[in-house]
Amino acid sequence: MGSITLKNVSKVFGEAKVIPSIDLEINDGEFVVFVGPSGCGKSTLLRLIAGLEDVSGGQILIDGKDVTQSAPAERGLAMVFQSYALYPHMSVRNNIAFPLKMAKLDKAVIDKKVTDAARVLNLTDYLERRPSQLSGGQRQRVAIGRAIVREPSAFLFDEPLSNLDAALRGTMRLEISDLHHQLKTTMVYVTHDQVEAMTMADKIVVLNRGNIEQVGSPLDLYKSPRNLFVAGFIGSPHMNFVDGAYAQSKNAKTAGIRPEHLNLSKDSGLWTGTVKVAEHLGADTFLHLDVDGIGQITARCDGEFGAHHGDKVFLTPDEAKLHRFDDKGIALRA
Amino acid sequence: MATQNTKTLARLMMAPSVLLLLVWMIVPLAMTLWFSFQNYNLLNPGNVSFAGFFNYQYFYTDPAFFQSIWNTLVIVGGVLLITVVGGIAIALLLDQPIFGQGVVRILVISPFFVMPPVAALIWKNMIMHPGYGVLADIAKFFGLRPVDWFAQYPLFSIVIIVAWQWLPFATLILLTALQSLDGEQKEAAEMDGANFFNRFIYLVLPHLARAITVVILIQTIFLLGVYAEILVTTNGGPGYASTNLAFLIYRTALLGYDVGGASAGGIIAVVLANIVAFFLMRAVGKNLDR
Repeated sequence: MGSITLKNVSKVFGEAKVIPSIDLEINDGEFVVFVGPSGCGKSTLLRLIAGLEDVSGGQILIDGKDVTQSAPAERGLAMVFQSYALYPHMSVRNNIAFPLKMAKLDKAVIDKKVTDAARVLNLTDYLERRPSQLSGGQRQRVAIGRAIVREPSAFLFDEPLSNLDAALRGTMRLEISDLHHQLKTTMVYVTHDQVEAMTMADKIVVLNRGNIEQVGSPLDLYKSPRNLFVAGFIGSPHMNFVDGAYAQSKNAKTAGIRPEHLNLSKDSGLWTGTVKVAEHLGADTFLHLDVDGIGQITARCDGEFGAHHGDKVFLTPDEAKLHRFDDKGIALRA
Repeated sequence: MATQNTKTLARLMMAPSVLLLLVWMIVPLAMTLWFSFQNYNLLNPGNVSFAGFFNYQYFYTDPAFFQSIWNTLVIVGGVLLITVVGGIAIALLLDQPIFGQGVVRILVISPFFVMPPVAALIWKNMIMHPGYGVLADIAKFFGLRPVDWFAQYPLFSIVIIVAWQWLPFATLILLTALQSLDGEQKEAAEMDGANFFNRFIYLVLPHLARAITVVILIQTIFLLGVYAEILVTTNGGPGYASTNLAFLIYRTALLGYDVGGASAGGIIAVVLANIVAFFLMRAVGKNLDR
């Protein structure tokens, strides 16, 4: 069990209203990702759920029980911190065993649980080491191990991968997703990286300045972003926004077209552009173009499409995949 | 400092200061060693002769010798106990966000800026004096008989005065160590269900281990040679009740005018200090290399 409900939750630091008011429903077993630019209040929201910060108003319910005033330990949640927050003077074994020891469990039970967790996380050979003797990925796994053994009703992750290098981040992403499938426990995950959000989440919560911009599955957000902010934030490279005559011809203030929904050609098309930078990734190429009468446009094309700095190319947006926004930045549905 | 070149350069640059410190240490030590084997009394300075081990035997058979060693250890141990325990307690309090934090911290640190004889005189005449000390007033208020501290508990009084002086030092070092404790670790422990007591035992205390070691080592160096506080309060008495090794050496040298005997005492003190240092390093030194 692990459903979390936020009712009208707000947080104020002095004068600053970090979170004006948020309502959110997290279902049991869901992998929910809070994503947003830095300073959008996503970490604060997670800490409110964890109980590390007091709410300024509203209610937090876990499994239907009001825990707004409960101490962090009483909420039955486990948290993985950005810095891992391992206890430096304890061995890996003692780190993982710490929450169990605090819960005054039997020595034999603790040993069994620690051994099990270590096996799941491939830490068996490192149990007697100190955290300082481990690599970043191993430390991350110890932090996760310390969370798992408590068998919490939900896991909270606070940007857990941001201290790892790119390759390791990819691996750990898979491992955490895999863990979620094994444990089927609710996970709340905070990140500023939309790739992590897209790949791992069942449900993404896009936050901006303490407000929820949109909640939905990754593909929902990708296919039908509710406003300009979500449209620009989700998807990589970012969506191109076109104002002016072209947008007006589509009855919108702004038209949005993703780089992958632009057809490129060397001989004909709606727009003409000059290649400024071509990023060759192998399978794909990202072209950063200067388009006449429109400005900067990013396009994604096949790796075989040979284009280099200074080349002239023609672009045609895929009308079916076009996003239209009104003058308030809200998406217009057809 | 990687290449051969920089290593050589570094050694050359360090040489003058190393040499100076070496001379600074070797010359007085050698002179003390030399005098300790001489019959040399200032009452009869013309008559200096080789004494063999007589000075050592004389100092060793002094009736105050063993008591002074014991007193030295009591002062070191007692002050360390009070300052480390009290220092941790005060540092924990000062680490809390309170109104007027800056002023409170300066007030707590200020005893360290009072020089030892002054501090001891204040304690002697204004706090512990049986006639007009603050403690006597308090005792009288409750209808008790005032305690004559320096007559009844001379060594304990010295320990209290010295501990009062060193408490700020311990507090300061421990407070800075406390402030370097990672906030996320505390939060993680909080989420793991550790209450304040457990957080202190499993998280704060191990984190402070190194700072506590530094406090113990530095204070021991200074506490082995406590002198001014004894001189201005009890003058080593009553009898030899508050005489430590340093004070005994002072008595021999400047009250007995016996340079040879005092030098022998000095050498004994150096040997004893090294024995203490040896055991101390074995006991707590491992906290330093981590």
